[in-house]
Amino acid sequence: MNDAGMGMITVNGEARPLDGPMTVAGLLAAIGLDGRKVAVERNEAIVPRSEYAATRLEPGDSLEIVHFIGGG
Amino acid sequence: MDQVVSADMDDTWTVAGRSFRSRLVVGTGRYKDLEETAAAIEASGAEMVTVAVRRVNLSDPKAPMLQDFVDPKKYTYLPNTAGCHTANEAVRTLRLAREAGGWNLVKLEVLGPPPHLYPDMPGTFEAAEALIKDGFEVMVYCADDPLAAHRLEQMGCVAIMPLGAPIGSGLGIQNPAMLSLIIEQAKVPVLVDAGVGTASDAAIGMELGCDAVLLNSAIAHAREPVLMARAMKAAVEAGRFAYRAGRMPRRMGADPSSPLGGLIR
Repeated sequence: MNDAGMGMITVNGEARPLDGPMTVAGLLAAIGLDGRKVAVERNEAIVPRSEYAATRLEPGDSLEIVHFIGGG
Repeated sequence: MDQVVSADMDDTWTVAGRSFRSRLVVGTGRYKDLEETAAAIEASGAEMVTVAVRRVNLSDPKAPMLQDFVDPKKYTYLPNTAGCHTANEAVRTLRLAREAGGWNLVKLEVLGPPPHLYPDMPGTFEAAEALIKDGFEVMVYCADDPLAAHRLEQMGCVAIMPLGAPIGSGLGIQNPAMLSLIIEQAKVPVLVDAGVGTASDAAIGMELGCDAVLLNSAIAHAREPVLMARAMKAAVEAGRFAYRAGRMPRRMGADPSSPLGGLIR
């Protein structure tokens, strides 16, 4: 493992190790989420669904993964 | 009879270019479970539903999701900004909603603190401006203030949604005179949003001339939510019919309904 692959990211406020090269699509798969039902923000910028597979995560990234829930 | 039915089918309301037959917009929150949410929304006849945007629970990624029960292809999802207290939070939340859902029609609400959760109008103006600039079509929850309502409309909000009473209070429509003034001046749809407690409250909102009624707790917190959803559907329809029919003038004295002539002596 090289240095670029080491580090931590934050996902929904929780620290998570980044154990190597990973994309947004890879992260969603690792968590077990269906990418069609969520939206992802990386460092306060939207990651379009079409770019999940091409968006590489970097150490220090902060991600928000959200979905729709009941609300008034 | 056929003419009446056909007139009913034509009695739609339009917001941001989308037309709806149902004048009841319902929230999807505070139900016992997602099955009950789905059943109540179905019974309400609503075509538009409000939804919240929240973090996915990472420890339970396979938990059932709202859209598995309330199909976004069947219902127009109206994402809200509940819980947002700044323009920046509202914009970030709704950008995520736009990405998740693929549409830009949203409900803006910037709330003050408990116990009243009254609309924070300075925060609402700031967020509305930011959202409209970012291409959103904003239906806006607001105070029952005709000046604020007019300003939001001038800014480009696509629907004005004053409260009838505090959120979740079920106190009914406390401000019919102010709502009437707002309705009279508005060129965009006006919805009463918050305060409805039971069917007659929804009917009053429609009789005042609201284009639609938005409610959540009145159904979700009823003892039998699905039955109350049916009641709200009927009340909104009844109130709309009454508004279109035009109520009789009020008078202080009696006016007999039966003819005075032809009485036996």
